[in-house]
Amino acid sequence: MQHLITIIDKEWSEVFKNKIVFFTLVVLPLLLTALPLISLHFISGSVAEGADAADVPEAFLLACGSLPARDCLQIYLIDQFMLLYMMMPLIIPITIAAYSIVGEKTTRSLEPLLATPITTETLLAGKALAAVIPAIGVTWLFFGIFLLGLPLVGTGEAARAHALGTTWLLGIFVVGPLIAVAAVNFAVIVSSRVNDPRVAEQLSAVLIVPLLALFFAQIIGIIILNPTLMLGMIAILILVDIALIYLGARLFQRETILTRWR
Amino acid sequence: MKITTENLTKVFNAHRKQPPIVAVENLTLEINEGEVFGLLGPNGAGKTTTVRMLTTLIAPTSGEAYIGPWKVGRDDRHIRQAVGLLTEAPGMYEALSAEKNLTIYARLYNVHDVKGQVEKYLRMLGLWERRFDPVGSFSKGMRQKLAIARALLHEPRVLFLDEPTSGLDPEAAKLVRDFIEELESEGRTIILCTHNLDEAERLCQRVAIFKTRLIAVDTPENLRKRLFGRKVVFHLRHVQPQFVDLLRTFPFVEEVSAFENRLVVGLSDPEGQNPLLVRRLVEAGAEIQFVGELRHTLEDVYLRTIQGQHGA
Ligand SMILES: Nc1ncnc2c1ncn2[C@@H]1O[C@H](COP(=O)(O)OP(=O)(O)OP(=O)(O)O)[C@@H](O)[C@H]1O
Ligand SMILES: [Mg+2]
Repeated sequence: MQHLITIIDKEWSEVFKNKIVFFTLVVLPLLLTALPLISLHFISGSVAEGADAADVPEAFLLACGSLPARDCLQIYLIDQFMLLYMMMPLIIPITIAAYSIVGEKTTRSLEPLLATPITTETLLAGKALAAVIPAIGVTWLFFGIFLLGLPLVGTGEAARAHALGTTWLLGIFVVGPLIAVAAVNFAVIVSSRVNDPRVAEQLSAVLIVPLLALFFAQIIGIIILNPTLMLGMIAILILVDIALIYLGARLFQRETILTRWR
Repeated sequence: MKITTENLTKVFNAHRKQPPIVAVENLTLEINEGEVFGLLGPNGAGKTTTVRMLTTLIAPTSGEAYIGPWKVGRDDRHIRQAVGLLTEAPGMYEALSAEKNLTIYARLYNVHDVKGQVEKYLRMLGLWERRFDPVGSFSKGMRQKLAIARALLHEPRVLFLDEPTSGLDPEAAKLVRDFIEELESEGRTIILCTHNLDEAERLCQRVAIFKTRLIAVDTPENLRKRLFGRKVVFHLRHVQPQFVDLLRTFPFVEEVSAFENRLVVGLSDPEGQNPLLVRRLVEAGAEIQFVGELRHTLEDVYLRTIQGQHGA
């Protein structure tokens, strides 16, 4: 346990000194929170009661049931942004882990580290947690800010209730952390192969593709986010996480790191 | 703690598509407690690979090794706790201060008095004043000293030093060497990999000359004797042929040669045999200016052994 804390402490003192990491940790969440709030503000302000629901896909309107069109539009928007919100637990851990691991590779600091009595599992867990904890913390913090901001931009009761509904809560508190775990392990795997943190980041960013696919599927109206869909996503993510943790742990062995990470 | 290896072998890429590389082959060594033992060999000889096996960073392909009572591959955590390693590259966290770097390692090595040990070694290596500076601002010599401090925080009884003075200027190198002597006086077992033969000769009780396979192990003195025998040089005012003939009459004289005003004589026991030779030469009319031993450096020994290997 002392070893785990030492590693996390070391990661945080080192990696947060990196400007790009810091930027990702602060500016990205600000953007991803401000964007939905601003859009909601414009929707709520300019769209007249009962007006333009034409932009909302039909399937979504059906799901809204008897809600007024204005509320339905707000809910629709909020759901769009939730998927964008998931970018935070995805991108933040990738950035932290890529800079941390590629950094250790290039300064060759992993060898003395591996010569200590720490187990490789603890070391990997420490690095993973050091990347996952801030990602989740930031996601939750900015989700809080988002919730506080909702009434200020003129969203209605129904929309606010929706942002605190099962779908969103599952998204923020379960899907988010699961995505973060997948992201960090993926970053470990990619980082073992490349020597530039930016390349590691870009390669790891392929993980964004499924997220964007969902996003667009939702815009077009192919899918509608609901608790059932979220549970399905959670099930898939758990499997993906297990696979990625297994692969990451296999690559993260003393001998492999020293002899095959080039 | 004593270190033994038996037929220690490392083959890289043994089970992969690339051609296998034999880095270390059937290395059998015994390193005594409290000894400073040199591993000498050209680039690619397998020194770092050997050290990595003995510090449980990579697994031997075959053979066995023991650090004290612990077996490599079985008691790895005990071994890591018991040994200190100075790696080829210092590998410090550049953005962190010297103190922070050491504190992290003291914790990972389960040191009880983290603050105390960190302070002890920062002071001992003259880095105390700079303890809050990021390592990125340190010179190469300072980094190396910090890396040595890092290897010592948990007071290991066995210390592996992989090229501790490479890339240092003479002054920094001397500081590091003096420090190694100090560590030796504390009774630690030290394994020193080096290209610097002068350094090996000065610091090591025994050296292993080594190129994938072990070529020779002995004290620098014995290696010299073994390869070159011992030679005595007589400087005379004038060398005359009869002096050479005279020397050849002694059965214990192994060989005699003359260069300019010098006679070079191969002897097995110069301390015992020189006085008699000097007396006889003087009686024969030689004007002796001075007498000395012809010393080969470890470098000569090393080059000859390695070249011998090329021929073989
Ligand atoms: N990870 C690896 N994969 C394949 N071959 C390797 C690996 N590491 C080392 N080798 C090979 O093993 C041999 C011994 O290398 P090693 O680094 O142990 O030599 P060394 O004696 O420390 O050399 P130097 O004096 O240059 O530090 C070399 O031929 C090297 O190419
Ligand atoms: Mg080496």
